Order: sequence, then C-alpha cells, then structure tokens
Amino acid sequence: MARIVGIDLGTTNSLVAYMDKGTPRVIAGRHERAMVPSVVALTDNGLIVGDPAKEHLTRNPERTVYSVKRFMGKDLADVQNELAYFPYTLTEKGGVIRIKLGEKTYSPPQISAMILKELKLRAEAFLGESITKAVITVPAYFNDSQRQATKDAGMIAGLEVLRIINEPTAASLAYGLQEKTQGTIAVYDLGGGTFDISILKLKNGIFEVLATNGDTHLGGDDIDRIIADLFLGEIQKQFGLDLNAHPDHMQGIRLEAERAKIRLSDELKTTVNLELPDGKGLFTRELTREQLESLCNALVERTLGPCRLALNDAGLTAADIDEVVLVGGSTRMPLVRQRVQDLFGTQPHCELNPDEVVALGAAVQADILSGGTTDMLLLDVTPLSLGIETMGGVMSSLIRRNTTIPASAKEMFTTYVDGQTGVDIHILQGERELAKDNRSLARFRLKVPPLPAGVPRIEVTFLIDANGILNVMAKDMRTGETQSIEVKPSYGLSDQEVERMIEDSFKFAADDVGARKLIEARLDAGALIITTEKSLTDGGQLISADEVTAIRQVLSVLAAAKDGNDPRTIRARMADLEQAAKSLTVAMLNDSLKRGLQGKKVSEVT
Amino acid sequence: MDGHTHQHTSDRRELQMARSMCWHCQSEVSGEYFCDRCVKVQPVSKELDYFTCFGIPRRLALDQQQLETKFYELSRAFHPDFYQNKSDAEQTISLGNSAMLNTAYRTLRDPIQRAEYLLDLEAGSVKEIRTTPPADLFEEILELQDTLDEFRASDRTSDAAAALRSQLQSERTALEGRQRDMETQLQQLFGRWDALQDRGEATDQARTERDRILKDMRDILSNRTYVKNIVNDLVATIA
Ligand SMILES: Nc1ncnc2c1ncn2[C@@H]1O[C@H](COP(=O)(O)OP(=O)(O)O)[C@@H](O)[C@H]1O
Ligand SMILES: [Mg+2]
Repeated sequence: MARIVGIDLGTTNSLVAYMDKGTPRVIAGRHERAMVPSVVALTDNGLIVGDPAKEHLTRNPERTVYSVKRFMGKDLADVQNELAYFPYTLTEKGGVIRIKLGEKTYSPPQISAMILKELKLRAEAFLGESITKAVITVPAYFNDSQRQATKDAGMIAGLEVLRIINEPTAASLAYGLQEKTQGTIAVYDLGGGTFDISILKLKNGIFEVLATNGDTHLGGDDIDRIIADLFLGEIQKQFGLDLNAHPDHMQGIRLEAERAKIRLSDELKTTVNLELPDGKGLFTRELTREQLESLCNALVERTLGPCRLALNDAGLTAADIDEVVLVGGSTRMPLVRQRVQDLFGTQPHCELNPDEVVALGAAVQADILSGGTTDMLLLDVTPLSLGIETMGGVMSSLIRRNTTIPASAKEMFTTYVDGQTGVDIHILQGERELAKDNRSLARFRLKVPPLPAGVPRIEVTFLIDANGILNVMAKDMRTGETQSIEVKPSYGLSDQEVERMIEDSFKFAADDVGARKLIEARLDAGALIITTEKSLTDGGQLISADEVTAIRQVLSVLAAAKDGNDPRTIRARMADLEQAAKSLTVAMLNDSLKRGLQGKKVSEVT
Repeated sequence: MDGHTHQHTSDRRELQMARSMCWHCQSEVSGEYFCDRCVKVQPVSKELDYFTCFGIPRRLALDQQQLETKFYELSRAFHPDFYQNKSDAEQTISLGNSAMLNTAYRTLRDPIQRAEYLLDLEAGSVKEIRTTPPADLFEEILELQDTLDEFRASDRTSDAAAALRSQLQSERTALEGRQRDMETQLQQLFGRWDALQDRGEATDQARTERDRILKDMRDILSNRTYVKNIVNDLVATIA
C-alpha cells in the first residue's frame, strides 16, 4: 500500500509528518523548519506559499491570504463581523466565500489546497516518492461543512484524504504512543484561530473520546487583535492618525502585537516600536505581562466554559481527569497554563512540542490505516447534534452530540396529500431548539411514488462516518428499493465545482511551471548581464571600440527582454549576448593565458 | 492485516444467529461475525438484539466492565480503520456494523435506555410520550406551569420575579426528589425482573408477574421522562 502522510492543516501553521519505523516524524523543509506558515501570496511572479509568502503580509497585504481556515465551509454572512480585520477582499459566489487575489477569485478550499500542495511537495522531495494519500486533521468542533471543505481542499491538491481526524485526538495518539498512558485525559488545544477541548479514556490501546467541545472562532489571532486595537486607539489619540486607511501598517501592527505577545510568554515586560506612516515618527510603548493578561483574561476565560460542558457531557468532574495535555502555540502563554491548571487541578503536560504533536498524531493514524500500527484504535465522537427540521421550524435531533462515530439513525417518512411525489428534508447541525438557529447542512427532496396520503413509507438513514461526515441513504419500505440521494450542501462546493477546481489546479500547476521558468530565466539573464558588464570593464581594452559598442547594444536588448514575460525570448536574447560577447571572452582568455605563461616563464627564470 | 479478525469460537449463539450464507464465499456461516471459511466480516443481522450482540443475558443489572471490554473487542473487529485496504463491500459492512455496535453500546450502558430497550424487545414499541401529567402530580404540575408562565412574563429584576424564582427553585428540588424516588422504584423492578428471569419458570403465575413488572416499568419510565422534561424546562427558564 502506498505511503499515507499525516497533515496538520493549521490556521497559522501547517506541517506534514510520516511514520519512520514506528516513530512519527515531521518533515522539515529546505531551511530545516517543519512549520509552513499557512499563508498564500500573489506576487508578480505568481502564487507563493509559506515563509516567503509571509513576507508579503506587510508588503502586499491586499494580495496575501492568511488564516484562510477561518473561512472554510462558511458563507459571507457567517464572518461578517470579522471582515474588517482582513486586508484581502472576500466576496461570495453560490453560497461559497471567494477570496480575491489579483484578477481571480479563489474559494477557501483552493487556497488551502495550495498549502497542502506545498506540504505534498516537501514530503515528496524528502521521501523521494510520489505522495497521493493523506490523513488531514481538523478542529474537533468543526461541523460537517467545514470537514467537507477540508476534504475538498485535499482533492484539489491531488491528495486522496483517507481520513479526517480531530486535532486533539490526533495529539492524544502521539502522546499515547510516547507515554503509554492509561486513564482519563483532557486535551486542551488553543491555536491561532480555534479552540478545542476533548476528554478521552485511554485503555489497552483504545482511545475512546468521551466528549468534545470548543469554539471554532477563538484563538491567538483574537488576542493579537485586542492588543492591536489597543495600539490603534493610542496612536489615534497621540498622533491623530487613523491607521485603518493604511492596510500595510495595519498588518505591521498585527504582527508586532503578536511578537510582543509571544515575548511576554517568557518576559515580564517588553517594548513595542512601530514606525508610523506620513512621517509621523515612531510609536513606542511598554507592555507588561500583567497588562497583557488583563487584556486577554476574558478570552482565556471563554475557553473554560466549553471545558466544563465537555466534562459534564462525559459524566465526569475535573477531579476525574488524570492528565491534561496542552496543544497549540497559544498554550505557551503562562496565563493559559495557569487557568487550565486551576480548572483541572493538575499540572498540564507539554513534553511533546505543541506545534508538532497534531501532525505527529496524524502520521500515527495514517499508519493505523495502512495496517502498520494495529494495537491502537481511536474511537471518536461527533461534536454537534444532527437533526432535521420538523413542523413549526423546530429541530428534531437524530444523532446527539458526543455520539461515538460511525453513528447512524433511521427515520421513516410518508406523505400528507394523495399523489404527493416528494418530501423535502432539511438537515441541520447544532444544539439549538429552532431550525433557524442551527447550521443548515443540506436540503434535499426525497422522491416518493404517487400513492394515497400516508401509504408510502420511505426509511431514510443518516450515517455519520469515521470522518464525522454525513452520508444519507433512502429505502422504499414497500418495494425494498434503495434511493441514492444527492445532497446539495447548503454551504460548500458541489461535486462538480470540486471537479472543476481540480482541473483548474492542473492549469495553475502549468501556470506555476511557467512562472518558475520565467523566474529562472530572469535570474540567469541578470547573472549574465552582470558578468558581461564586469568583463567589459576588465577586458574592454582588449577589443576594438566598435566591438564594445556592439556588445553593449545586444546587452541592452537582453536587459529589456528580461522585464518581459516570456522565458523563451529571454533565453534567445541571452544566446545573442553570449554570441556577441564571444570575441571579448576569447580575448580575455588569451590574455590571461598569455599572462599565465609569462608568469611561468618568470618563475622558471628565477 | 488479520489482527482484528478474532474468533468467538467459544461463545457461539446459533439460536439467535439465523443460519445464513456468507455473502462472499456462499458457505454456511455458523460463527459469529466472520465467515469460518473465508474469514470475511459478515453484516450483523438486523434481528440480532443488543444483548445477544454483546453476548450477555437479557437482564437489567449488568457488569459495566464486561460490557466495555466486549465493546472494545468488537470495535477492534469492526472499525473502518482496519478495513482501509479491503474491498468496498467489506468497507460498507464495517461501517454498518460499527454504527450498530456504537448504538448498542450507548443503549446498554445507560440503565434507563437499557430498560426502555428491554421493554421494547419484550412488549413491543412502548416509548409512549406522555402529554399529560401523571395523576399523582396533576395539581402540582398545573400550578408549576402557571408559576413558570408568570415568571416568563415578569420583569426579571423585580422583587416579584425574585420571589417566583425562589418558589421555582424549591419546586425544582421537590421534582428532582420525585425523579429519584422513581429511579429507586425502577431499581426494585429491575431486580424483580432479573430474579424472575433467573428462575425461568413457565407457569401462569410467572407470566402474570412478568406482565405486571413490564407494565409498572413502562408507567414509571414514562412518568420519569415527563418529570425530567419538566425539570429541564424549569432549569432552562430560571437559568
Ligand atoms: N510563545 C508563545 N506565546 C504565546 N502565543 C504563541 C507563542 N507561540 C505561538 N503562539 C501563538 O500560537 C498561535 C499559533 O499556534 P498554532 O498551534 O501553530 O496554531 P494553528 O493550529 O491555529 O495553526 C498564534 O496565534 C501564535 O501567536
Ligand atoms: Mg493547531
């Protein structure tokens, strides 16, 4: 069986890991950093991903996409109150968010696919084989649409997503493997954009999730915003300057706020310096850990509610938790550690690198799927209740939250009027009473044979698979015929759209290759121009003035071609220059040979 | 990849398992969940009840530890994680069996759900939804509904609302006490049921006793659900 890699597709950072003879390892890139910032930028030379893209956050904010995970499986209305924070432009097409990058727009799965492709390439370069299968992690509290969007991203990137697993449970697999832990553990995962809490029971290699809870819109990003908002207010007051009109500076402030926050995890105070636009000088401010903690106390407090709910759903109290595992960059904050310790009354574990542990766990799960690891088994749960809309716009729950998956429920449907040929079904996910307050997953029309009212009996099976993704099947109880149901997701891409995006991604791949050729041609042309100029300076006197003029002429033609967009033209002009400069090259070679010989002679004489 | 295809040779229940054919090699399946000949996983029959599925007697007291051990064992046998390299047919069976197993475990693990399920098996579908209060609670609940309405309509900051809230609080305590009483009664009925089954008598007297227990169980279960819903509503209102 082909190798399966494990991928942590994070809001802030993404990683790929593989199983190396029973030990999961993350794959580092050329610069020995395993973390790929989840950033995609459109530059003059095409789309770039990761560390180089991160540099464009301040240089090129309108064309640099970060935290795209926040938009996976959402529509514009869901994220309305956040839009102001993002310098890039979001639009909507057919219920799916589109992100504008230059002339084109991309769906969040397409942007995520670019990050996945970068990881895929890394893994292929490192392992020396083609990689086509992956396990990808998602926050445990991701709903069906968000999971589906993640799967779509994998497909667009040319990866078969064999399993979607939850980040905290992945982390527990990595821990379980390492520590051979038994007992009840809580995994607290606070990253850049999401918060998850999962309570698990570990026993003889079985990892049984008892309950999970969380908030898909709570993380380090929010803390950065609070700090940045504080600075913005102060700059407005002190300098009368509204930075909202300067997107590049807004990004600068956000990044400086994050850096200050990170420094305050180790230090008690730090100084913030921000260069202001319009020649307004420097904004300087000291920030203490105490101030930071009072700023973000309420946010950290917001993570504790889901922890209590998860404990309650698991039928446990904090005292029943044997161990607490911390995951995600934001758990490096002393305040977070303190709060978690206070709640569970036990010192949290952080032996494994909180940045890597999720990817490592994904690699373990990949190994289980490929049949390598057979003693471990993860039994996960669905985070949200699944139901259908009934009379009066009320949600009737079919599968309760925290039910072990795979899970299924059956419901019988019939007709109200004679000859009725269809029944509309609206599938929902969430914990609220009214349909409209829950997440709409899909609507579909159940086909029914025309019969007197109440006679048809159609049994619909709702099945949540091991990925936490819903499948629907219908069976006519009278004829025993099964009906396959095309469920059009309320939010998200249809199969056809995903197909098209896969095709597009090949097109982009062609573009990418084109872009790379162009970059290489330009670099080579630049190098040739520089060496030729140096030769003219050093050896111009060895050839005639006419010859020098001729070379300069061809050189300026190449210089002009270098700024064009066609790598073939650039290569052709490079050949011209090499040809024109041949007399110079030969003259210089002869000259150095001559001097070499002379030198030798001199030495021989002495 | 055969680590999970364990056998249950010691514990076959031919009686419940209708003799059937292996979907794959067409040989007769007499084993539990795997074909003896080709070792392929078999779909768990829809007729198989949860007690039989877990290999435990149809009793209302059960050993949680034993139940969990069996659940883990069967999870290792059925879970889709272990069928990734197998045929589509086997993957579908694995998915269906796992979903069934998870439902079975959830039902048997909880004493109330277990009793409701047993009633269902023994006396046909019974999960009747009560829409009127149980007789002995009639007055009390009508009054409570009035108080709740009054509270909902009140200005929450007023003194009147505070008084109503404390009245509702004590009502809640009383109802929760009532719920616990019913659970105690249920425990006794569960014990009587199990004892009757253990005796295994086939007399008329035993049959009458059986019907009595089932009827009482049904009444108390539906009253308990009714009271529980009222309490939930009450808690949500005064929260
Ligand atoms: N030392 C630190 N102190 C405080 N926050 C940190 C520290 N290191 C990283 N972070 C924060 O952690 C978040 C990223 O965590 P990560 O687990 O990589 O996120 P995600 O899983 O969302 O990609 C960012 O908000 C970052 O600012
Ligand atoms: Mg993460």
